[in-house]
Amino acid sequence: MLDSSLDLHPQVALRPEPFGALAYHYDTRKLVFLKHPDVVRVVQSLSDHETVADTLAACEIDERRWPSFDKALTSLYESEMLHERR
Amino acid sequence: MSVVERPTPPASGPAALVEQLKGGLDAPICLTWELTYACNLECVHCLSSSGRRDPRELSTEEAKAVLDELHDLQVFYINIGGGEPMIRRDFFELVEYSISKGIGVKFSTNGAFIDAEKARRLASMDYLDIQISLDGTDAVTNDAVRGDGSYDTAIQAMEHLRDAGFGEFKISVVVTRHNVDQLDEFKALADEYGAQLRITRLRPSGRGADSWHDLHPTQAQQRQIYDWLIAKGDNVLTGDSFFHLNALGEEPLPGLNMCGAGRVVCLIDPIGDVYACPFVIHDEFKAGSVRDTGGFSHVWKQSDLFTELREPQSAGACASCGSYDACQGGCMAAKFFVGIPLDGPDPECVSGHGEQAMLAASAGKVDVPRPMMDHSKPERVAVTLTRR
Repeated sequence: MLDSSLDLHPQVALRPEPFGALAYHYDTRKLVFLKHPDVVRVVQSLSDHETVADTLAACEIDERRWPSFDKALTSLYESEMLHERR
Repeated sequence: MSVVERPTPPASGPAALVEQLKGGLDAPICLTWELTYACNLECVHCLSSSGRRDPRELSTEEAKAVLDELHDLQVFYINIGGGEPMIRRDFFELVEYSISKGIGVKFSTNGAFIDAEKARRLASMDYLDIQISLDGTDAVTNDAVRGDGSYDTAIQAMEHLRDAGFGEFKISVVVTRHNVDQLDEFKALADEYGAQLRITRLRPSGRGADSWHDLHPTQAQQRQIYDWLIAKGDNVLTGDSFFHLNALGEEPLPGLNMCGAGRVVCLIDPIGDVYACPFVIHDEFKAGSVRDTGGFSHVWKQSDLFTELREPQSAGACASCGSYDACQGGCMAAKFFVGIPLDGPDPECVSGHGEQAMLAASAGKVDVPRPMMDHSKPERVAVTLTRR
């Protein structure tokens, strides 16, 4: 997923919470918990950067944590919370 | 009560998240709003003892003001119910207003007011979801609980929705002793209509307090429900309502496995009173009213009751049971209305501890609380007409 260009799906709303954020998809009616504020920061910055890796770098996420971010973003992609930028 | 239909736990460490959710959020994840106590039916297990409209019900303007507040709180969607919500003359006005504010709507209905034209109107709306209540896959089973003709009414509404191209609506089933053997048939029925099946737990709330002992699943049937959900529950919604069954096996049912009452969910009743969940319409669980100063937000954020519910709860009588982590002591409402203390076992405890607790309650040591806000229609008295 690191080389992909991703965006938050336009039908998804984020609500900030102490643990991170709630993400709600108005079309699929799925609710997902973003469990860490860093994940929220990354998700919100995706559209400003070419690739996921660029976003992680720009958000100053330690490279050792990239695999776990890759996993989290992949799961968000699979649940259609994120989509590929065209 | 249930938390949300199908929350996806985070990839790692759901336990920590659940602990945080138990401490409450700044706003509910979703909330149930019973729009009216009026209903054309008189189901024997009605959670809100509905039947007659309450003259104090919120006006259109008051309801819109609540929706404005929910918008500001970023509540993503609301579950509208009743009574029968479509009885309200401003039903479409309120639904459309909610959706225009970015608050998705799912509403529960018995289908009596969904004709072909209304079905087309509903099908044309975005962010709208419909739950048709059905408690049997045949008229005999369903109508025994929901009233004569209610099966045909529901099926007709489902046909209208299908013909109008509504898409995937929900069929919502309260699992009872009498329909538990029909779970496969419910699933087939849902598939036939392009609908999604939702099954939820019967509670001894509202008129359910009187019918619960005859309707609630037996111990053997509890396992049947659990096994069915594990085997075939993949695309079946449960509103997270069966978490008390998690003590039955190694594999937990999907969901957060926690009671969300006053923490991440709540109920607004037709007159604007705010309760911890839809299953506890009783003064002990009333946190305030949307008509109070500060409105809904103040009740949600400041009420004594909700503050208390967000504090760590005692495992009480269940502390020594090895299954407590799995079942969390079960459902607060179910205990309350059968007279079991809130830190006691669930009446449907799969290890059988609820039976003893209920016996203790019925032995007269406890006054079993009666549901409040009864809007049941008066019993019809047979009148003999005589010729003058």
